[in-house]
Amino acid sequence: MQTLTELLTFWQAQAGKLGQQTLEHIGLTAASLLLAVLVGVPVGLLLTRRPRLAPAVLGFTGILQTIPSIALLGFLIPALGIGPKPAIFALFLYSLLPIIRNTLAGVQGVSPAVVEAAKGLGLTDWQILRRVELPLALPVLFAGVRTATVINVGVATLAAYIAAGGLGEFIFGGIALNNPAMILAGAIPAAALALAFDAALAGLQRLSVRRLVRVGGALLVALPLLSGLYLLPRTKGKLLAGFSPEFVGRADGLPGVRNTYHLEVPNVVIAPALVYEAAHNHDVDVIDGYSTDGRIKAYHLRVLRDDRRAFPPYFAAPVVRQRVLAEHPELQPVLEKLAGQINDSVMTELNYRVDYQHEEPRAVALEFLRKRGLWRAPQPVRGATIVLGSKIFSEQYILAEMYAALIRGYTNLDVATKTGLGGTSICFEALRNGAIDLYPEYTGTGLLVLLQPSPATVDSLQGDPKAVYHYVQQGFRRRYGLEWLTPIGFNNTYALLMRQQQAAQLGIASVSDLSRYLRK
Amino acid sequence: MARCFAVSVLTYQLYRPAFLFVSSPSSTAPAIRVQNLSKHYGDLAVVQDVSFELAAGETLVLLGPSGCGKTTLLKMLNRLIEPSAGTVEVNGQDVRAQQPEQLRRGIGYVIQQVGLLPHYTVAENVGIVPRLLGHTPSDIAQRTEALLTRLHLPPERFANQYPQQLSGGQQQRVGLARALTADPPIILLDEPFGALDPITRASIRHEFQELEELRRKTVVLVTHDVVEAFELADRIALLDSGRVQQLGTPRELLFQPANDFVRRFFAAERLGLQLRTLRLADLLPFLSVGPVAPADAPSLPLSATVQEALEYLTNGDTAHSAAIDLATHNIKHQRITINSNDLGAGKYHIDLPQLMAAFGEALQREEAACKL
Repeated sequence: MQTLTELLTFWQAQAGKLGQQTLEHIGLTAASLLLAVLVGVPVGLLLTRRPRLAPAVLGFTGILQTIPSIALLGFLIPALGIGPKPAIFALFLYSLLPIIRNTLAGVQGVSPAVVEAAKGLGLTDWQILRRVELPLALPVLFAGVRTATVINVGVATLAAYIAAGGLGEFIFGGIALNNPAMILAGAIPAAALALAFDAALAGLQRLSVRRLVRVGGALLVALPLLSGLYLLPRTKGKLLAGFSPEFVGRADGLPGVRNTYHLEVPNVVIAPALVYEAAHNHDVDVIDGYSTDGRIKAYHLRVLRDDRRAFPPYFAAPVVRQRVLAEHPELQPVLEKLAGQINDSVMTELNYRVDYQHEEPRAVALEFLRKRGLWRAPQPVRGATIVLGSKIFSEQYILAEMYAALIRGYTNLDVATKTGLGGTSICFEALRNGAIDLYPEYTGTGLLVLLQPSPATVDSLQGDPKAVYHYVQQGFRRRYGLEWLTPIGFNNTYALLMRQQQAAQLGIASVSDLSRYLRK
Repeated sequence: MARCFAVSVLTYQLYRPAFLFVSSPSSTAPAIRVQNLSKHYGDLAVVQDVSFELAAGETLVLLGPSGCGKTTLLKMLNRLIEPSAGTVEVNGQDVRAQQPEQLRRGIGYVIQQVGLLPHYTVAENVGIVPRLLGHTPSDIAQRTEALLTRLHLPPERFANQYPQQLSGGQQQRVGLARALTADPPIILLDEPFGALDPITRASIRHEFQELEELRRKTVVLVTHDVVEAFELADRIALLDSGRVQQLGTPRELLFQPANDFVRRFFAAERLGLQLRTLRLADLLPFLSVGPVAPADAPSLPLSATVQEALEYLTNGDTAHSAAIDLATHNIKHQRITINSNDLGAGKYHIDLPQLMAAFGEALQREEAACKL
């Protein structure tokens, strides 16, 4: 009930955005369908004339269909960048199989007697195709278009991850912020769209072949128009920002920056893994990022100085379940071995090697431990298993690998890792319900995302690293039975980033500069 | 009431040989000439070295057991199948000289499964070929209506129906109309009555025989039904294993079989075929002139087959069945009269025993003749 109220409030507040996302969603679906029909139907018809090619073509499109959508988008980014191009192309690839297969099946399902008679009467091959086989294949072909449409409406939610908009923006924002109402705000319209398209096409499928011919023609006109919807809504400003879903909704993310700097910048949502590339490829101009990210160095980005301390300190420290520490007293000293060992520049360097030079997080982690003389060969396993978690970015992978190696080398405990646990809320929930025993967390996140004290309390801490750490440590002990160990040393805070060249050109060095530039 | 039949011998002569000699005087080439035609699929020879000539207006039936190559042979005539060797000429022109589609538009084609386009109405199906040929819509409509009427499919009821709304027999009639709309001089039919039930089949076959449209046309018909072949054919080509075993008139195949295969092929139906092959004219020498029948009595023509006379004598009267006639020894009802004015002999007036006796003697003569 509460969620429902929140949902309605959310829709009311975001009506404009909802409308825009819905139009984008329809546009993405229609554009990809149009491409798929324009390519798939001729290919299907070709296969009816060259049936020997059919297994290869259907097999290939079948393989495309099995590629997880996120992975497919990932493959397409190097070639097509981010934004609508790779999104539409990916959806197009997913639509190919049902459309080609149903075109082929539809034509093959035409009675051979009808085709023979038509041939015997003197119709040419082209006339048989156009006047006999294609019209008679339409009901099956439409079933294929229907399947493709429903698939596309669903998969198009993922387009939000690569800055192509659509209803996925709410969904991913909602997941990142653990906000069910926000998830539903995107998911319900998406599902409704899928059902509406499905019902409409199911109705068409029941029409007589004669009417279907006309409807098919009308669709070929309608699809480009619907695709055009995509182009309508986006407002263009001086600069375009691309933010990860979590940043958009977090109190210490975009809302914090807005409040502190009165920053208003048109933005799109992008998957966290892609924001740096998006800036690097000039798809967007301003991104959110982490101050220790290796790609800052690799992509020549500039960290805009947080001159008004909008972002609280984010010192990393392992957060552990108290019960685990009690059961395995040997664990805490081992975990503390990293305390104070890694500063900002070291962490950036480690991240750079993983993110940009594509070294394995484990190799980077072990090499660091060896250099610091912390590495020891794994002990024989006798006893319980410690489950390590990590969020879905390199720094967390590296830290998890370091802790895993330390636990193996200094104790007889076994280690399992559950890395890549999405956002903060997923890691935190996993830790609370015992799915994992520890993960590296950041003090700022613990304060603003998890404990969420009143603004007055936050103000009283004044962004002081020690004060924040103590507040978070006490809060977690009391509220969740979780223990913050000593910080590792670096401060991986949120940051706004721009390309060095553009920032220099526009004379932007701090967030205040950016805000001033945008208001000019 | 006696049944009498009065038709002149002249009528008979006009009726049968009509097919054989109507070929148009302007063209000396046969309507279809097939020379050394063969079709191989790999090592499998489906049609081997087949040759024949077909005069315009003639009806040739390709007869034979399943897999004998008759359908393949038929489809090579309109290039639905390309031969491995040999030539096909239509009206003196090699079929390969034309685009296959052009060729086919000039040759009617009817198949067992009919193959009406399910998304076209009856009228649209019938009008396909003239549309391809660019005839005017009003011509097509006129022609379609006329044909549908002639095939007992009243256009006001059937023209706008879709094929799936029709019975099998009605569909096949539409199929036949479709093959005839553009008035092609040649019609190819592949087991056109094969998928119909026996009653529908007999009635459509009858319509087919009566159809004025077909009288002038060169017809090649494929069937495995011996009786059908005998009823429709001017000549029959009996095929086995891709070879023509015998090509000739039904009478030649029946009474002068070329080999054992031909003899065996007709063995099971022999009596029925003999009844259908011999005509009352063949029986004349063995009949005596009987008393003159009443003036209002119907009569059978000389061209009628013995089978038809026999059917008339045994159950021709709808009011009184033959069985009742026999039981009441009503001799009058069991007599038929054969009119042969031109022989100057007046009417023959025969009963069942006389008919059968004459039939027996005629058979003996035929068989004796073929032994010579």
